[in-house]
Amino acid sequence: MSINATLIGQAIWFAIFIWITMKYVWPPLQKAMADRQKQIADGLSAAERGKQEQEIAAKRSADALREAKEKASETIAAAEKRAQQIVEEAKGQAKVEADKVVAGAKAEIDQEVERAKQQLRERVAELAVAGAEKILKKEINAAAHADILGSLKQGL
Amino acid sequence: MSAEGGLTTAGYIQHHLTNLAVCAESAKIDGHCHGFWTFHLDTLVISGLLGLIAFGFMAKLAGKATSGVPSGWQNFIEMVIGMVDQQVRDTFHGKSALVTPLAITIFVWVFLMNAMDLIPVDFLPLVAGAFGINYLKAVPTTDPNLTFAMSITVFFIMIWMNLKVKGFGGYMHEIFTAPFGAKLAPINFIFRVVEDIAKPISLALRLFGNMYAGEMVFILIALLGLYQLPLALPWALFHILIITLQAFVFMMLTIVYMSMAAESH
Repeated sequence: MSINATLIGQAIWFAIFIWITMKYVWPPLQKAMADRQKQIADGLSAAERGKQEQEIAAKRSADALREAKEKASETIAAAEKRAQQIVEEAKGQAKVEADKVVAGAKAEIDQEVERAKQQLRERVAELAVAGAEKILKKEINAAAHADILGSLKQGL
Repeated sequence: MSAEGGLTTAGYIQHHLTNLAVCAESAKIDGHCHGFWTFHLDTLVISGLLGLIAFGFMAKLAGKATSGVPSGWQNFIEMVIGMVDQQVRDTFHGKSALVTPLAITIFVWVFLMNAMDLIPVDFLPLVAGAFGINYLKAVPTTDPNLTFAMSITVFFIMIWMNLKVKGFGGYMHEIFTAPFGAKLAPINFIFRVVEDIAKPISLALRLFGNMYAGEMVFILIALLGLYQLPLALPWALFHILIITLQAFVFMMLTIVYMSMAAESH
C-alpha cells in the first residue's frame, strides 16, 4: 500500500490513453456526431421547405381548378346563349319563308280567281248572248246589237 | 472463501490486499519488496490491458464512424462520449482540444478498472495462482499508486492549462493577489498552495478509499462461506452504482479543475 514507482508507470499509461483518445477517438467521433447533427438539421429544414412548397402547390392547383370551373361555366353560358340565338334566327327565317309561301299561294289563288272570273265572264256573256239570242232570235239581229252587248259584257 | 488451507482470516484478507510486486533483489526484506523502486505488476498490467482494449476498440470504431445511422457499438460509444461531452460543455467554457478527451479517458478507464470489482474476489487470484502467481489485486483503482498517478497527471495538466490561458505573469498575479488582494500576497500564496495541493490528494484518495472499502466488503462477504451468496449479489448490484459514480465524480472534478484553471478569478 506504499507509494512507489508504480506511480510512474501508471502516469505513463494514463498519458498514452489520453493521447489515444485525443488523437484517434474523440476527433473522428466528434466529426461524425457533428455531421449527423447537421444532416438532421438539413433534413428537417428540407422537410419544412417541402411542406411549404406542397402548400403553395395545393393553393395553386385549387386556383387552377376554380379558374377552369369558371371558364367552363362561362363557355356553357355562351353556348346556351348562342343556341338560343340560333333558334331565334331559325324561327325568324321560318316565319319569313312561311310568309313568302303564304303570299305566293295567295297570289296564285288570286290569279286563279281572276282567271276563273274571266272564264266565268266570258261564259256569262256567251250564256247571256245565247239566252238573248234565243229570246231575240226572232226580233233582234245579233249583229245589229253587238255594241250594246259588248258594253254589257264590259259592265260585268 | 477461506479455502486456501491453513490460512487465517487475517491472512486471507492480507493476501487479497497485497499487490504482485517486483523489485530488485537487493530491495527485498523477508521476500517482500520495499522502497520506492517497486512495481506493482498486477496494477500496471490489468489497468494497461483494460485501457488498451477499451481505447484501442474505441479508436478502431471511431476510425470507421459514419455520420449516417450509427451501428450498435458506435451508438453506444457515442452515447457515452456524448454524455461526457455534455458535462464538459456545461462546465468548461473555454476552448480546449484536451479537456473533452481527458474527461472521456478518465471516465471510461476509471469505470472499467472499477468494474473489475464485480468479478468475484477469488476468481482472478485463483486463476493467477494456477499459473504460479501468488499475489494478485484485481482492481487497479484500489492501488493508491494508480489513483495518485492519475490525480497528479491531472494536477500538472491543470498547471499547464493555467499557464496557457493566463500566461506566466497572469498566473503568478492570480496566485499572489486572489482572493485578498496584493497587500496580503503571502497569505494568498499559502491559501493557493493548500487549495491546489488538496485537489490531487482529495481526487486520488476519494477514488482509492471508495474502491478499497468496496473491495474490502467483498472480501469480508467472501469470508462467510456459503452465506456469501445472498450477500454478494446485492452488494455487487449496489456496487455498480458506486463504480459508475466514482468514475463520474473523478471525471467531473477534473473538468471543474480545468475550468477553474481556464477562467480568471
